[in-house]
Amino acid sequence: MKHTIIAWMEDKPGVLSRVAGLFRRRNFNIESLTVGHSETPGISRMTFVVDGDDRQIYQVQAQLFKLINVTAIEDVTHEPTVIRELALIKVRADNTNRAEIIQLVDIYRANIVDVDVDSLIIQIAGSQERIDSLVKLLSNFGILEMVRTGQVAMVRGGNTRPPVRHNGVS
Amino acid sequence: MAEKKSGAQIVWESLLREGVEVVFGLPGGATLPIYDALAKYEYPIRHVLVTHEQGAAHMADGYGRATGRVGVCMATSGPGATNLTTGLATAYMDSSPVVAITGQVPTSLLGRDGFQEADIHGVTMTITKHNYLVTDVRALAQVIKEAFYIARTGRPGPVLIDICKDVQQAETEYVYPDEVNLPGYRPTLTAADPDAISRAAHLLNLAERPIILAGHGVIIANAEDELIHLAEKAHIPVATSLLGIGAIPQTHPLSIGWGGMHGEAFTNYALQESDVMLVVGARLDDRLTGAFSTFAPKARIIHLDLDPAELGKNLRIDIPLVGDAKLTLRELIPLVEPNQHTSWMEQIAEWKRDTDRRDLLAQETDDLVPPFIVRQLWHLTDGGNCIVVTDVGQHQMWEAQYFLHVKRRGLFTSGGLGTMGFALPAAIGVQLGRPNETVWVIAGDGGFQMTMGELSTVAKEGLPLKIAIFNNGYLGMVRQWQDVFYNKRYASTALYNPDFVKIADAYGIPATRVTDRAGVATAIRQAQAHNGPFLIDFRVEPFTNVYPMVAPGKSNADMIRRPLPAEVEEE
Repeated sequence: MKHTIIAWMEDKPGVLSRVAGLFRRRNFNIESLTVGHSETPGISRMTFVVDGDDRQIYQVQAQLFKLINVTAIEDVTHEPTVIRELALIKVRADNTNRAEIIQLVDIYRANIVDVDVDSLIIQIAGSQERIDSLVKLLSNFGILEMVRTGQVAMVRGGNTRPPVRHNGVS
Repeated sequence: MAEKKSGAQIVWESLLREGVEVVFGLPGGATLPIYDALAKYEYPIRHVLVTHEQGAAHMADGYGRATGRVGVCMATSGPGATNLTTGLATAYMDSSPVVAITGQVPTSLLGRDGFQEADIHGVTMTITKHNYLVTDVRALAQVIKEAFYIARTGRPGPVLIDICKDVQQAETEYVYPDEVNLPGYRPTLTAADPDAISRAAHLLNLAERPIILAGHGVIIANAEDELIHLAEKAHIPVATSLLGIGAIPQTHPLSIGWGGMHGEAFTNYALQESDVMLVVGARLDDRLTGAFSTFAPKARIIHLDLDPAELGKNLRIDIPLVGDAKLTLRELIPLVEPNQHTSWMEQIAEWKRDTDRRDLLAQETDDLVPPFIVRQLWHLTDGGNCIVVTDVGQHQMWEAQYFLHVKRRGLFTSGGLGTMGFALPAAIGVQLGRPNETVWVIAGDGGFQMTMGELSTVAKEGLPLKIAIFNNGYLGMVRQWQDVFYNKRYASTALYNPDFVKIADAYGIPATRVTDRAGVATAIRQAQAHNGPFLIDFRVEPFTNVYPMVAPGKSNADMIRRPLPAEVEEE
């Protein structure tokens, strides 16, 4: 099954390369990967979604744990978690259908962030499913371009995580 | 305020602070400042000039394995650095503590594909425990401190430091740090979880056919005493992996040899039929287990390793123990009950008698077969009182089968990566790390030629290595596989060999050739009597195969065995 895993790592040269290299070399099936700053200066936070059986999910964490620059790992799959993704979608739009598209955007609580005579850029943040659903509807109008960030995740509630370090034994 | 020093000075002064006595290397354009500092300031470190950088990496690896201290090698940028990679991958697979220092083009030329630029930082990312590219001289001392710490702690491994040439020339105030700052690196230095240990003890106490499988981790952790104590108290036979040989003296009544594709058949039967297996510091790789799904099908498996990623990597584990082998075994010993597994030991002895009946040396032949040489060497070294370094191939398996290792840290071989060409350079590192011991190199004619140029290093450094080449004119192990699985089509396995005696002579190393059994003991004694390096070219019977043999992807229960003498006669 798919697991959502958060990894914290030192912001050092080559660290992304190490993580990407590890995923490739160990043949892990990564579906989505995002990385950015965390609340701690010098520490980056990566969210990735990996598909696999229990052995593979354990291995991906244990192998990541071995990278010297990785400071903590947490599998949040079974935690109450906010998971979001951001997408920018450029759609073909003119006077005949612009109103209809704006209606859809409202329903999905998305935003229009650019308007041109024959196109719109729509920004949506939400769950993967909600974005998939909007993309499907917009495809009827003609999607000119799209970019999706991949998922970021945060566990709900007031406990400051990070991060229990992965203890190595499942 | 601390004194200003150049990056090149900082390299040597930091190595001295780490207790480094010897560095294996070959200078080049991008390491000239480092080498110049060695000459100018006359640092008390022995630099061993190698013939090829691969040799430098194997020497550092051999030194690391033999001493438990970090071996150091050095190479220039580009081809110098890429030549190290086979040695680094070898050290990584076998968990050997190595620090490799490479020169790099100046920071202003990084990424511009200048002369002798190779991205060795990128290249070695997956074959080192960690690596660094140093572009600022102010970071250099901290990086060296961290590299040594990472290389020797936890599960040891190679660490590479790539240093830009201008960093070697730049100056900064030099203070060697007392501490490392590695928030993401907390190696396992403690015993495993007490609850898990007591569950493991419970399982062992209930076992009827228990077995211990000891790996390289036992030796790295210096846990041999604890291992033997545990085995004796609970009367549990001890099998080893290839790299675990020496964890228990092979003459010990509870020692039952080593298992795997070419391990002893009786050992494999014991592993397969066990009901509880305690694995200590072994990776359970495919050469040991055969097809994963068929390995030890009746056994509940307790796996102790300090690297959590090894637990459950290849096999389903019933009780994982993350911990230092020595400390964890110490906790386990009081919890296991004294026991007698007499009928189980008798069963193993019965399998052993079958193995003995099939022994090549029990067959009536006068051929100069490699096991005969190994046995003679064992007898003539007072029952294995020497260090052996083997290469990779048939001779490696025969050495492991016929040389009963009683000495701790007495066998060094490339197990994980299976690197032909390992033996001679690794033995140079071993001899420098253990100068008062006799070191025998056993290599095949194929592997020996891969790094034969290091005979120059042997001669130059005056190292008294005793070198035995098992010369069968073939890449023997590959030829054997072609024999068994490819209908004897010997594609590209016959070798065109030089005269090894003349080769040795060209380096000023005395040598002799042996073509029959009668000459073996004389040659070995001659080598032993000579106060310096000596080479023996053993012309062995070329078509002898190693048994048992497990076909790839097959179960260890389905070994191909050497036929019994009676069966041979019937054919």
